[in-house]
Amino acid sequence: MAPSGGAMAAAAEEVVVYSARKEHLIKPLFDAFTAETGINVRYVTDKAGPLLARLQAEGANTPADMLMTVDAGNLWQAAEQGVLAAVESETLKANVPAHLRDPEGRWFGLSVRARTIVYSTERVDTEELSTYEGLADPKWQGRLCLRTSKKVYNQSLVAMMMERLGAERTQEVVEGWVANLATQPFSNDTKTMEAVAAGQCDVAIVNTYYFGRLQKKDPDIELALFWPNQDDSGVHVNVSGAGITRHAPHPEAALRLLEWLSTPAAQDRFAGLNMEYPVNPAVEPDPLVAAWGDFKADNINVSKAGELQAEAVMLMDRAGYR
Amino acid sequence: MEPIPAGPPGAVLPAGDHHGSLRRFLRRNVWALTSLALAFVVALPLLVIFSGWLHAQNEVWQHLASTVLRDLVVNTLVLMAGVAAGVLVLGVGLAWLTSLCEFPGRRFFDWALMLPLAIPAYVLAFVAIALLDFTGPVQTALREAFGAGGFWFPDIRSTGGVITVMALVLYPYVYMLSRSAFLAQGRSPLDAARSLGLGPWRAFFRVALPMARPAIIAGLSLALMETLADFGTVAVFNYDTFTTAIYKAWFGLFNLQAASQLASLLLLVVALALTGERLMRGRARFHELSGAGRPVRFRLKGGRAWLASAAAGLVFTVAFVAPVSQLLLWAWDIVRDDLDPRYWQLLWNTLSLGASAAVVTVCGALLLVFAKRFGKGPVNAGAVTVATLGYALPGSVLAVGIMLVFTGMDNFLASVGRIFGPDGGAPVLTGTIAALLLAYLVRFLAVAFGPTDSAMEQIRPSLPEAARSLGARPAQIFREVYLPLLRPGILTAMLLVMVDVMKEMPATLLLRPFGWDTLAVRIYEMTSEGEWERAALPAITLVAAGLLPVMVLVWRSARRPS
Repeated sequence: MAPSGGAMAAAAEEVVVYSARKEHLIKPLFDAFTAETGINVRYVTDKAGPLLARLQAEGANTPADMLMTVDAGNLWQAAEQGVLAAVESETLKANVPAHLRDPEGRWFGLSVRARTIVYSTERVDTEELSTYEGLADPKWQGRLCLRTSKKVYNQSLVAMMMERLGAERTQEVVEGWVANLATQPFSNDTKTMEAVAAGQCDVAIVNTYYFGRLQKKDPDIELALFWPNQDDSGVHVNVSGAGITRHAPHPEAALRLLEWLSTPAAQDRFAGLNMEYPVNPAVEPDPLVAAWGDFKADNINVSKAGELQAEAVMLMDRAGYR
Repeated sequence: MEPIPAGPPGAVLPAGDHHGSLRRFLRRNVWALTSLALAFVVALPLLVIFSGWLHAQNEVWQHLASTVLRDLVVNTLVLMAGVAAGVLVLGVGLAWLTSLCEFPGRRFFDWALMLPLAIPAYVLAFVAIALLDFTGPVQTALREAFGAGGFWFPDIRSTGGVITVMALVLYPYVYMLSRSAFLAQGRSPLDAARSLGLGPWRAFFRVALPMARPAIIAGLSLALMETLADFGTVAVFNYDTFTTAIYKAWFGLFNLQAASQLASLLLLVVALALTGERLMRGRARFHELSGAGRPVRFRLKGGRAWLASAAAGLVFTVAFVAPVSQLLLWAWDIVRDDLDPRYWQLLWNTLSLGASAAVVTVCGALLLVFAKRFGKGPVNAGAVTVATLGYALPGSVLAVGIMLVFTGMDNFLASVGRIFGPDGGAPVLTGTIAALLLAYLVRFLAVAFGPTDSAMEQIRPSLPEAARSLGARPAQIFREVYLPLLRPGILTAMLLVMVDVMKEMPATLLLRPFGWDTLAVRIYEMTSEGEWERAALPAITLVAAGLLPVMVLVWRSARRPS
């Protein structure tokens, strides 16, 4: 019925990837890598949590060479649990800015995702907008839409706020958001933005690439992005990234893939496929993405999001953010 | 994989055995041993989950207890109560209508009402929200007609919304099981009731319903276990249940141990409920009184007949026609971009996995059912309860439990293997089809057990006894008495398992071989980023694939001798 997937021949050059990044966003790149180097890439996709549990359980016998996932919190956690190996690579250091990779070299960001404010161009004047914290102001009462606090993107955003503002102030902010909600939190960014467009609320916080997808489908949609906190910390950014596993059977091939993914040729597509920002500063974003304008991004090391994630989750629970 | 039965069912009877005492012991206790073996297979991953208690996680518990736990428990209870009421009214009511009444369209609804089973709950959830939420076409049209504040519309993302959606996808469990129970009752009990002067309604409540109770309870407990374990549907609604707490502990607080503790509490509650139900049922047995033909249907007249058609039609439309139409519309938009030859591979993987898992799991259920009938005592009853617990656990948690067992064995094999050479350490279990099938057995044994067990409950013990007294050999009794009588139950079980396996996500994702994707995996790829429209193509393919086994069952029940 099927090949036995576990066993493998050591002879053929290959890399085995456990990926929480979705197949349609990585397969084209893997195909290109194979065409260029002759190294075969095998992968299995799942959520970060189960993949991490599997890596830990397999220990020294894991077939996986690389863990690829979204959100710095997940990457931080993987490094923390000791499943990733530290890598010395001048190429990666040159291609990935320091705040978007692990200080100890156990994982590297591969694309940048900005979580920012989206607003109705009909009902909101940009003068009204300023910062994430500003959305807690009573003037937004009944005008704010949010995605659920269970999504790691919101957990990272709040974690970074805690780093910046302290727990007490952050809790006030989150409580303010909850008080301003027009309707209960949505299960995804797209639905959240559609609610803004339909007039259920006026502003929301979303990842930019979801906005890009919506814009592609409906170029006339009456929504726009706003870059908050430009006078202080900058826009909250997160990464998707990867690291090489501690017990990788093919560490050289895996390093080659990781380095290759940070090069301009691959970066263009890695970010472009999902309308994210390339992590490599030498690479221009997709024209549609570039059209949203430049912004100042938060440059605290993204691993902070991982460190503070559990506290952020508890804070949001206390604030009644579902 | 599965222990093969040591002998056909009749073989348990002490038949003048004069062999060694070990052999005699094995023969005497073959059924207790069989059910213990099966319970052991299921219990291993559960034990892994219970082992979470070895590490205290006070901080997480204190946090949950002081913030969200109370709401989560209340939400869970409300959801269970609502879904129970919904599936009972829809499932039993419709089964009664189609199996014992005659009304316009009855022949069509007979089988059509099973179709919603093919729609995954999370898919119906998303379609419902897409259609009925503030941004959906219905409310948008109303706004255009009456202005923003000019109309009232219920909030779909609410307790009522999530209950409705789950009741609509889960009622087929109750419908199918109680329908076959009603049909199997034959005409005589109802004839007797009516000859004693009971009207159709009282005959239903006093005779048909109590007789169908094992089947109804089996269907209801499947629906409720699925409700408890559900994560996808409630996540789409952002409705927080106990499962939410489990995932919060795991993915939000990065605490798999605390998640395991929460999950094992859930299991404990389910085990208590199952045991309680069995105790309450006590020694009552509901056997088919005679095989005398199909019941004469009550011919509904006039307004009542049309009311019956309308009710069946409404449920069918809301639970099947509407979501399928929406999926088709979405799929149409993307079919040119996304439909590639790999779809045939996905379809084949999905169907062959479903079919193999159905065979394996139903064999397991048959062993368990015979063990329950012939094996006596609390050990057996306990083993049956344990063996059917897997279904009540949130999929990802169970999947991790199973994976830990497999990797544990793999790591052991690897340490042995390395003695023989450097390549001996490759995993042989994790990531193989065998591992997947075993995982499905653990997860879906309860699904296969329900219908098989309620079919067995309706076989009078006197029937095989009579066969034996006429000199039939055990194998012959199995082949010619049990098998034909169990067949409807077995077929229902296979269908339910096959469809459930095809929809299953967490275990498939975690344990599948490299590159061995299924339609559910493709749906996951699209939906986890909120791209529901792009998930429509694999979803509609999955529904179509799910219709295949349903059709088999329909044909089979149409050819059923009267």
